[in-house]
Amino acid sequence: MKRFDYVRPATVTEAVAAAAQPGAVYLAAGTNLLDLMKGNVSRPDRLVDVTHLDGLDRIETLADGSLRIGALVSNADLAHDAEFARSYPAVAEALLSGASAQLRNAATVGGNLLQRTRCAYFYDTASRCNKREPGSGCDARDGENRGHAVLGWSESCIATHPSDFCVPLAALDAAVEIEGRGGRREIAFDDLHRLPGDTPERDTVLEPGDLIVAVRLPPVARGFAAHARYLKVRERTSYAFAVVSAAAALRIEDGKIAEARLALGGVAAKPWRARGAEEVLRNVAPTADAFQEAARRALEGAKPSGDNAFKIELTRRIVMRALTLATAGTPARIPALPASPFAATSGALHV
Amino acid sequence: MNHSISLTVNGARRDFVLDDPRVTLLDLLRERLHLTGTKKGCDRGQCGACTILVDGKRINSCLALAISHDGADILTIEGLARGDQLHPVQAAFIAHDGFQCGFCTPGQIMSAIGMIKEAQAGDDPERIRECMSGNLCRCGAYAGIVDAVRDAQGQMDESNQRRSA
Repeated sequence: MKRFDYVRPATVTEAVAAAAQPGAVYLAAGTNLLDLMKGNVSRPDRLVDVTHLDGLDRIETLADGSLRIGALVSNADLAHDAEFARSYPAVAEALLSGASAQLRNAATVGGNLLQRTRCAYFYDTASRCNKREPGSGCDARDGENRGHAVLGWSESCIATHPSDFCVPLAALDAAVEIEGRGGRREIAFDDLHRLPGDTPERDTVLEPGDLIVAVRLPPVARGFAAHARYLKVRERTSYAFAVVSAAAALRIEDGKIAEARLALGGVAAKPWRARGAEEVLRNVAPTADAFQEAARRALEGAKPSGDNAFKIELTRRIVMRALTLATAGTPARIPALPASPFAATSGALHV
Repeated sequence: MNHSISLTVNGARRDFVLDDPRVTLLDLLRERLHLTGTKKGCDRGQCGACTILVDGKRINSCLALAISHDGADILTIEGLARGDQLHPVQAAFIAHDGFQCGFCTPGQIMSAIGMIKEAQAGDDPERIRECMSGNLCRCGAYAGIVDAVRDAQGQMDESNQRRSA
């Protein structure tokens, strides 16, 4: 690991000024950053430790009914907040399907959003990677790429975004509060992460010094609580990143879908909001035929970036399954194996 | 630049001067305090052998910078027994053969204690397996580990009920 300077700012303003310097990065729990630094994938000159800043670890309901989640709230504290899990069950299920209990206890909301891809060529400093070393090339294109992107990828990068948490946040129209050199601003969650294009080294639209201070869920997001699921295919039963995943949330009135939300994980460099599929599901009965058409629309434009054509059909099926489970209703308690397609609502067998 | 931090480790306050900010809690425990019960397995947050409790919560100490945890209260495997009297989770791992080579065991035990405090799994073996999935055991002693965790949790629940009765 390269040696770095350590800075512990007393205020958000100080933090932004310190992190705006070239070579500086924010440190929250460090569960992804330290791993990257140990592998020399990330080589920051300066760590700006935000974990001691006041006021960023609260979950609060605002006057307009939206929920504001401080960037330093841990993944575990958020998922286990009973009111949160009741109001946004797909988000809680996604959180609990990610990483391990130890990592969820440490990892923060802001850090989860800004975690880097788990593309093996990004991690392997002996490989060419345009995300790690702009202009060097992409060894994933002709490498082991069965897990790579099928939507929104470019010739320069086929990596996927690894977060589970981000998938239902995209579906539920979350917003991101950012403190930057120009003061406070907010952006739609769907605008935070970028597709690679010719500049895959930039995962997000954040500028130097920008600090995510909170994530907000709008009041209407609570309206999906009765029919909301996150579903995730993994290559082992637990503690694994998604091969593909889907967050499905429905508002069902009089036997029809009044409004649908759908986002996909593991398929692109960002959580993939499937608005075309949502349109298909508006004001129709929740039937297998409707779900099949929604799945088709959700994967419109998908193409393999390597040995991963199977992910396109797999994602369609996960979409159909997630919509079917969401229609059946949010389980009273998150299943023993959160987000597992192998789980009955009451439990699942580890295999 | 040197940085001074203080931690409470197994109940005792310890002060450190760090001449290098790169040291993790894991390396601090092992190299500076010679508390080698906390194991360095993968050193990348994948195996759970380095699990400790920080402010009552289980985390991977390999992915935690010591300098960032100034003031933290740390519990390691060495802080569990009272003289010859083992912690209920330690005793249950012995009673149920919850290990073979023993390398992952301190991490398993600290993780189990954290899990029991979190109170999310109840007595459901599937939930226990899921809640313990951050701890790998290359000997494959998982069946004994789940039995040990269930047994210890039951004993601790009973003893809590007796105390509050």
